[in-house]
Amino acid sequence: MTDRKALVARAFIEAIPHARAIGMRLDEIGDGLAVISMPYDPRLVGDPETGVIHGGAVSALMDTCGGAAVMSHPTGAVGTATLDLRIDYMRPAAPGQRITARAECYHVTRSVAFVRATAFDEDGARPVASATGAFTLERPAGGAA
Amino acid sequence: MSRRPKPEPVQIVKERRDGALSALVHGVPYIQFLGITFDRRGDELTAVLPFDEKLIGNPMIPALHGGVTAAFLEVTAIIELSWSLVWERMESGQLDPASLAPGHLPRLPKTIDFTVDYLRSGLPRDAYARARINRSGRRYASVHVEAWQDNRSRLFAQGTGHFLMPDPGAGRDG
Repeated sequence: MTDRKALVARAFIEAIPHARAIGMRLDEIGDGLAVISMPYDPRLVGDPETGVIHGGAVSALMDTCGGAAVMSHPTGAVGTATLDLRIDYMRPAAPGQRITARAECYHVTRSVAFVRATAFDEDGARPVASATGAFTLERPAGGAA
Repeated sequence: MSRRPKPEPVQIVKERRDGALSALVHGVPYIQFLGITFDRRGDELTAVLPFDEKLIGNPMIPALHGGVTAAFLEVTAIIELSWSLVWERMESGQLDPASLAPGHLPRLPKTIDFTVDYLRSGLPRDAYARARINRSGRRYASVHVEAWQDNRSRLFAQGTGHFLMPDPGAGRDG
């Protein structure tokens, strides 16, 4: 990972209004791998009885993380958008705990990037959710990077 | 001289139904955070996501965040499922909508999995969604959701999810 790539990816996250609105933080980035986390926030609760964060907020985190993984892939994408995303919810995230997503861009074609992602709360041994997605891959104008 | 009881005044029926829907929707903080509201025509619901700057994912285009779109579809599916349960019990008289208050809301279905198909980028304007329950069993349900903006026939996203239904014996409201 070059410093430039890390800077670009960090700027990518910080420029996303929705990522800012829910307090996402870029923890790691490079070579098609991204780690992004978000703090527990009572505004994002989906079940008021238990205080568990809504699945939709976890989706937003995983989607952002997937996009960041694509942007940091050595192929040098200049843009990306989600084509499809499937999320499996394994267990409720523990209320009060930070949620961290880790996404890996494991294959790219000329125009498509394939991504796997997993989300954890502070118990790093048991995932909260996992996702697979296909993202568009925009290459720089003028041919292959 | 008919012995049939007089139908309830329309205003009373509307108030009861709107009150139950509002209690359900306002009970979930995340729905308030995104600003989603629900329009009701009889039992049919349309979810509305009014545009807001904080929903933007790509400031260059600008486009709605893919995660917001996913959340909007998932919220629509969950409310549609819960509403179908509430409606049935409310209309049959088993549930008194006045009892729906914070702390006494029906248990919500839990998402097992959700798949979102992004068809075009979400524009910086209001979005709408409707859910269709394809199968609703005692334990599992399958729901499909369509979302559009300017034209109902030009969907910008669609999704399908599977849900674990709340245990009817363990309802918080009895």
